[in-house]
Amino acid sequence: MTKQARREADAEMPVGEFADSVEFTFAMDRRRFVQVLGAGLMIAVGPGAALAQERNGGRGGRGAGAAPAAARIHFGEDGRVTVLSGKIEMGQGARTELTQAAAEELRVPVDQVRMILGDTGLAPDDGLTAGSRTTPSTVPAVRQGAAAARELLVDLAAKQWGVPPGSLEVRDGWITENAGGRSLTYADLARGGEVAAAFAQSVPRDIALTPVARWRVMGTSVPRVDRRDLVAGRHQYPSDRTRPGMLYGKILRPPSYGARLLAVDLGPARAMAGVVAVQDGSLVGVAAPTTRRAVEALRAVSATAQWEVRAHPSSREVPGLLRRNAQGGVPPNPFADELARAPKRLRATYHVAYVQHAPMETRSALAEWDQGRLTVWTGTQNPFGYHRELARAFRLSDDAVRVIVPDFGGGFGGKHTGECAIEAARLAQAAGRPVLVRWTREEEFTWAYFRPAAVIDAEATLDADNRLTSWHFINLNSGGSALETPYRAGRTHARFVRSDAPLRQGSYRVLAATANNFARESFMDELAAAAGVDPLDFRLAHLDEPRLRAVLETAANRFRWKQRVTERRDNLGVGLACGTEKGSVVAACAEVLVDAARDRIVVRRVCQVFECGAVVNPDNLVAQIQSCLIMGLGPALREEMRFAGGVMRNAAFSRYHVPRLSDVPELDLHVLDRPDLPSAGAGETPLIAIAPAIANAVFQATGRRIREMPIRLRAAQPE
Amino acid sequence: MRSQGSGFRRGCPPLPLGPGSVYIPLVNSPDTDATFTVTVNGRQHTVTTEAQRSLLDWLREDLGLTGPKYGCGEGQCGACTVLVDGRREHACLLPAAGAAGKSVTTIEGLGNGDQLHPVQEAFLAEGAMQCGFCTPGMILAAVALLNEKPQPTEAEVVAWMDAHICRCCGYPRILNAVRRAVAEAER
Repeated sequence: MTKQARREADAEMPVGEFADSVEFTFAMDRRRFVQVLGAGLMIAVGPGAALAQERNGGRGGRGAGAAPAAARIHFGEDGRVTVLSGKIEMGQGARTELTQAAAEELRVPVDQVRMILGDTGLAPDDGLTAGSRTTPSTVPAVRQGAAAARELLVDLAAKQWGVPPGSLEVRDGWITENAGGRSLTYADLARGGEVAAAFAQSVPRDIALTPVARWRVMGTSVPRVDRRDLVAGRHQYPSDRTRPGMLYGKILRPPSYGARLLAVDLGPARAMAGVVAVQDGSLVGVAAPTTRRAVEALRAVSATAQWEVRAHPSSREVPGLLRRNAQGGVPPNPFADELARAPKRLRATYHVAYVQHAPMETRSALAEWDQGRLTVWTGTQNPFGYHRELARAFRLSDDAVRVIVPDFGGGFGGKHTGECAIEAARLAQAAGRPVLVRWTREEEFTWAYFRPAAVIDAEATLDADNRLTSWHFINLNSGGSALETPYRAGRTHARFVRSDAPLRQGSYRVLAATANNFARESFMDELAAAAGVDPLDFRLAHLDEPRLRAVLETAANRFRWKQRVTERRDNLGVGLACGTEKGSVVAACAEVLVDAARDRIVVRRVCQVFECGAVVNPDNLVAQIQSCLIMGLGPALREEMRFAGGVMRNAAFSRYHVPRLSDVPELDLHVLDRPDLPSAGAGETPLIAIAPAIANAVFQATGRRIREMPIRLRAAQPE
Repeated sequence: MRSQGSGFRRGCPPLPLGPGSVYIPLVNSPDTDATFTVTVNGRQHTVTTEAQRSLLDWLREDLGLTGPKYGCGEGQCGACTVLVDGRREHACLLPAAGAAGKSVTTIEGLGNGDQLHPVQEAFLAEGAMQCGFCTPGMILAAVALLNEKPQPTEAEVVAWMDAHICRCCGYPRILNAVRRAVAEAER
């Protein structure tokens, strides 16, 4: 990636979220609303006072988020309420949570609310769906919009009836005047002629939101609103979409990283029935009436391609490479005086391997051109970013592009860049017909961006009372999330330093917080051991943050840490870790079985305690905590991209082992509900404690400190 | 999911296949058309398509049955699972011609009209889905398990469902759903 491209990509992404984009080198519509939504009343509300609430959201709460979102709510004459949001649904539960938010403030039943998500032709730009921002940002925005709309409609009803608005009540979708026994619905008002005039005025923004104590819909376990379609197989994911005359597209990939195409002959592919072949600069692809035909055509193209290959480092060289290429060099520890005089000092380096998101649904996009206008159905966490990427790539005006994001099959931070959409659009342009491009699993493992590898240096000093007096922490390459220590550590110095990375990098669920927390929580254990103090006591002695203390102490109690840490059993170890990121706090205690003979680490039991403020949907929250924790077992124990000679060596589920059912340990998950605190997102932070808890348990069992993720008893086999 | 927990395998075994499957290895060269009949969700089709074309592509692209998903193309993830004569099969590995003369059931054909199959009801009741992309395969796998072993033990359930990947890692609820389906079936 060029510096210019990186700067542009950085400008596009909110703080923290990032993804190396792929460079391609080829040369509000009112009618649409009515078409989609039917007749009714549209209310748009600007960012409001509710957003001030989330600024108190605790440490780490800032970061990847859109500009405060606007809310768009449509009251259909048929009684249906439609909320439009630029957020997307990929399994995390945003659709249900936003439905709850709107239903709560509008005082309507959940099944009366429909969400339209991630359609750039209809929804406001809510930025990326990333960084755990839907709960603290978009939910308040939707609530604010819904509450304002409710108040306006109540005012209107009051005017019609000639009574004060305070005498009206809204419940289950009905506005009722108790004294006169009159009632009407939002739909009745939406049909009324005077409504348009009423809404010509600006919508007030300072309507109070329903306090937590009076929540009826929020705070309850509303089940996933689209659950029936999911179990019936009816939901159409992006890769399931079709359009009349649609072709299936395939893209020619280089045989190795950095390889340059010298020549290719599209003739043999074009001779095949129904096949369209395209070469436009660096993009070469085919489209055919079936996937099978497209694969054959691509093979025919590939057979004629001549490449100039380039040297590319192997995955084993990554740690040395990242250190050598650190931009501006690796910053030295500025606390030389402490190092000289402290009775105890410790220094360690940790490595974290490259991993892939590997969502179940590979990158897919269906593109259709109609008289110079482009529509793309695709799975992305970044609909408006894709929209802009497409407009740039094809030199289109903003309103000639529309990106529609059907609920898709997983993202985990991996679907921020739009190359698949651009590929589909370019093929569709050449074919003059709609084209669906669906990446293969191998493409997904090889050409999608990776969670960055990390090299982390940590150095600290202790005084005679085993108190931390200085803390030096350097993350090379992987990112600055959760970089600062939550512990009282005397003088501290924490830096993230970019490096020149050998692979394309980008966001991943909870970003670099996993790597930074792995290093910090491992290092805290090493310091506790150096001090001869129990790891729990050592942490608590340096921890002021009450929320983090609460989850740590609760987890330790539930796990019976104090008792179990003293029990010595062969090959069994216990470890703990905690951390905070994006406004929430987590702690985990793990019990592992170390089977050295078979080179296996078995995680047997985990107790994890999580707190994210007021709980919006308890059932979905537990699902997200389970999801994060189990997903975190993968990079903790096994997941690692291995490459050599520019070729990914394990670009398949048979060679890259993600967690499966039998890997799930016995789980004791516990949520601390804090209705007094603003709600923080929960789809990321529960991932950060499991890896260091395992490493610490392995140390407790064996006395061996493993400073690498994945955590392995033996070093990786050479390629 | 058992009290002992489990570590990560060194290698994942392929999903066990039903006996009687006719596997024709998918080869990487243009092939000739085959004509055969196959029953899908109760409807018989006479098909002419490439002999090497996967059942998955044929179901999705020619019949518009998109319940079976592409996930890996190597029989590792189970997203493409369908029932062939009541047994689970990887539609991504099985050529369409391999289903000749057999009866294929996809998630679309599992229920009875608007009425869901009891295993679908179990997944619904347990909220056993996040993004839902693996869900059709998970449900069909559980149906196949109950066809084969009406009263599976916990260990048999885990071993059977281990052939399916859920990247949202919603495994605890998936297991609960299969347990519920087993309990319902025993009733």
